[in-house]
Amino acid sequence: MKRFAELVYTLGTSTKTNEKLEALQGYFSEAAPEDIVWVIAVFSGRRPKRIVNTTFLKQLCIEIAAIPSWLFEECYHTAGDLAETITLLLPANKKVRSPEQENSLSFYLEKFTRILKQNDEIKKAFIIDCWSHMDRNEKFVFNKLITGGFRIGVSQTIMVKALARTVSVSPSVIAHRISGNWDPATTRLEELLSETNTKADHSKPYPFYLSYAVEDDPSLLGDLDKWMAEWKWDGIRGQIIKRNEELFVWSRGEELVTEKFPEYNSFAPRLPDGTVLDGEIICLDRSVPPGIIKPLPFAVLQTRIGRKAITKKQLEQAPVGFIAYDLLEWEGRDLREEHLKKRRSLLERLIATVDDPSLLISPVLQPGSWDALHAIRQGSREMGSEGIMLKRNDSSYQSGRKKGDWWKWKIDPLTIDAVMIYAQKGHGRRSNLYTDYTFAVKDGDKLVSFAKAYSGLTDKEFGQVDAFVKRNSIEKFGPVRTVKPELVFEIAFEGIAASNRHKSGVALRFPRISRWRKDKTVDDINTLDDLKAILKSYHEV
Amino acid sequence: MQLVEFTDKGLYCARGKFYIDPWKPVDRAMITHGHSDHARPGNNYYLCHHLTKPLLQLRLGDNNYESIGWNEPIMMNGVKVSLHPAGHIIGSSQIRIEYAGEVWVISGDYKLENDGISQQFEPVRCNTFITESTFGLPIYRWEPQEEIFTDIKNWVSKNHSMGKTSILIAYSLGKAQRILIPLAETGLPVFLHGAVYNVHQTLVSNGCKLPEVQRVLPATTKTETQGNIVIAPSGADGSPWIKRFTPYNVGICSGWMQVRGNVRRRNVDAGFVLSDHADWEGLLSAVKATGAERVFATHGFQAAFSRFLNEQGIEAAEIKTEYGDDEEENTTNEKKEDQ
Repeated sequence: MKRFAELVYTLGTSTKTNEKLEALQGYFSEAAPEDIVWVIAVFSGRRPKRIVNTTFLKQLCIEIAAIPSWLFEECYHTAGDLAETITLLLPANKKVRSPEQENSLSFYLEKFTRILKQNDEIKKAFIIDCWSHMDRNEKFVFNKLITGGFRIGVSQTIMVKALARTVSVSPSVIAHRISGNWDPATTRLEELLSETNTKADHSKPYPFYLSYAVEDDPSLLGDLDKWMAEWKWDGIRGQIIKRNEELFVWSRGEELVTEKFPEYNSFAPRLPDGTVLDGEIICLDRSVPPGIIKPLPFAVLQTRIGRKAITKKQLEQAPVGFIAYDLLEWEGRDLREEHLKKRRSLLERLIATVDDPSLLISPVLQPGSWDALHAIRQGSREMGSEGIMLKRNDSSYQSGRKKGDWWKWKIDPLTIDAVMIYAQKGHGRRSNLYTDYTFAVKDGDKLVSFAKAYSGLTDKEFGQVDAFVKRNSIEKFGPVRTVKPELVFEIAFEGIAASNRHKSGVALRFPRISRWRKDKTVDDINTLDDLKAILKSYHEV
Repeated sequence: MQLVEFTDKGLYCARGKFYIDPWKPVDRAMITHGHSDHARPGNNYYLCHHLTKPLLQLRLGDNNYESIGWNEPIMMNGVKVSLHPAGHIIGSSQIRIEYAGEVWVISGDYKLENDGISQQFEPVRCNTFITESTFGLPIYRWEPQEEIFTDIKNWVSKNHSMGKTSILIAYSLGKAQRILIPLAETGLPVFLHGAVYNVHQTLVSNGCKLPEVQRVLPATTKTETQGNIVIAPSGADGSPWIKRFTPYNVGICSGWMQVRGNVRRRNVDAGFVLSDHADWEGLLSAVKATGAERVFATHGFQAAFSRFLNEQGIEAAEIKTEYGDDEEENTTNEKKEDQ
């Protein structure tokens, strides 16, 4: 555990990718295989089951530190990380176990599994005992493992790279092998990394190929004939897999979401075995004639995400379809090295054969010229799309975000000027800094909040806003400060939908700060009517 | 009795007709210590500790200064006033004010640990204690400075073995001198940024015993500095000035480094939790040692700290002041001179 804690510390504080890579490589070449399996699992988002909830852990810490619970909350909002707050509040241990006496990472994680069904007293005793002989770094990773969410400044890409170097296999192969469904408690390292094992798990998705944003003029990409243009759909990227007569649906976050979308069962029997589709999970308006694609706003799809039981009403109001745009496996054969053109023609044939209103193909746009494509892009929002995708006809299906063959050319965001009215301290590297803001527009002489945004300013600007908040807060509601309405920002967003959950009556898609309007005062900001006008212009149904 | 009032110019003793660390220009100012958020320009008269005076002269130029020693009471318009060591930086003092048997103490900034440079903090009994609360949350808990010094020295020698220069970011007044002593023990040459060097020279010429150092000059070559030590104020971090030392690693010495997020935000190679302010336990024991029946908490986590004191049965309230809660300075004026 000490070695792992040291790794996490290095990864969390190192400022250079190379150092992180070296630290991981060092760990992978030294650590016990059963520990490595857990590190791969944890760093690729596979968490051990929670033995206790965060409230339980928090209470235990409050009890040991002998502080009132409000003070715990204050500390948490300042440190911006629950596991770290607990670590800092627990008394320092005079006697820390030496490396010889200490337990391994896998020991703790296996213990978590064994203790899962025990009563609270046993769990409590176990946690207190662990806390009592760990140093600060160990306590931190232990708390992280219990509370979950291991975001410590290392991307999965770096982890895959380090692993690939250690075992001398290419990163894309490693990425595929560690994807999908596997249980770190029952998987041995050599099984996980061995060639033969990939066949055993027939649910395994391929790593997604992700595009880069077009930086300036897309015509710089050259001859338009070499490119395929499609709409960029605003849903959730997904893979549909049919193998061994079973259907699997994976989201881009490598989450198995098959159960959430029963609509796909209607075409599953007609998909041939050994098929993997790449495309968009998206809500579709069913009232339009067949062959026409009319997506519903992302907000509608959101009502389907994160729910286990889906009601009949939801299926009616938010019907989910799949817009396919690539074929990665066909008749059990990996097609990723084939040219896009070839994959596309197979895909077209397949979709036509299946012939199901829930399974559509993303149409290829035929602009004829870059200028014409430019004009088509202007109509993206009316199409319910986010812009245009450009894919090179002869591109293979690569893994991860790679420059060169796939580009996204998004439409310019919508913008509105608003004033900041609430602020809250951020998390992670923004701890103890007011970086999470709520914005308002004018409604007559009142201010109405309509969006929260956390991104878009530079560190320096965040520092300046933080100083403003500290000097101009009016009231405190728990962690939230009411701030004098003075600072005006331009808020950019991708879409807008009606919402009865928000006071303003609208919900924005991906709001962020596009710039700080130091030239404007609160008198110059937009109004609620302006927002409603935008809503109306895009949702005339 | 309200011996000190909270005004928009600063803490004010009406009966003695003087301000303490005012943030707007006033006629008579008592200064707790030489940091720029406590000692500001524009006052007609400054009263401070002997050790603080040369620092004010360095930073604020010629003014009407008067200085006294610790525990040497003077009378100001019938009010008895004295200074007592605060342990924050060289010359830093608490200010004790007494009138008709009522005693108020203004802490200024302070820490309880004896750092060997600033005189050790002296608890002063009083009725009302006005305390700072920069680190007034229980997540802030310091290790003994010897342990931190060991960490710093290990980091420096690791950098040295890789041929990298160790750049330590520290407050030019206070922290820079505090780390200089253990750094000199490594035997490696220590170079100072101009802002740190100016303070250093002022202290040395006023009798302060500090290890030998060199100033970073435009003519200073990489051969001289490589693998060695540079101390610079926070303004230098990320500036073009620092690039000349490539290859180097940057370490920040500050209490804020206690929280990982802050270390990550600063994007530095190492964060050393070394503070010149009291930690949570330090603040609590200082308050208890004063025996004060009433406490006012200023700059920092004053809301949380005063609420906690109230729950402990000590009457407390928060007051708003304009002192910084940064442990690092804004060096916009000072860093220019060296670029």
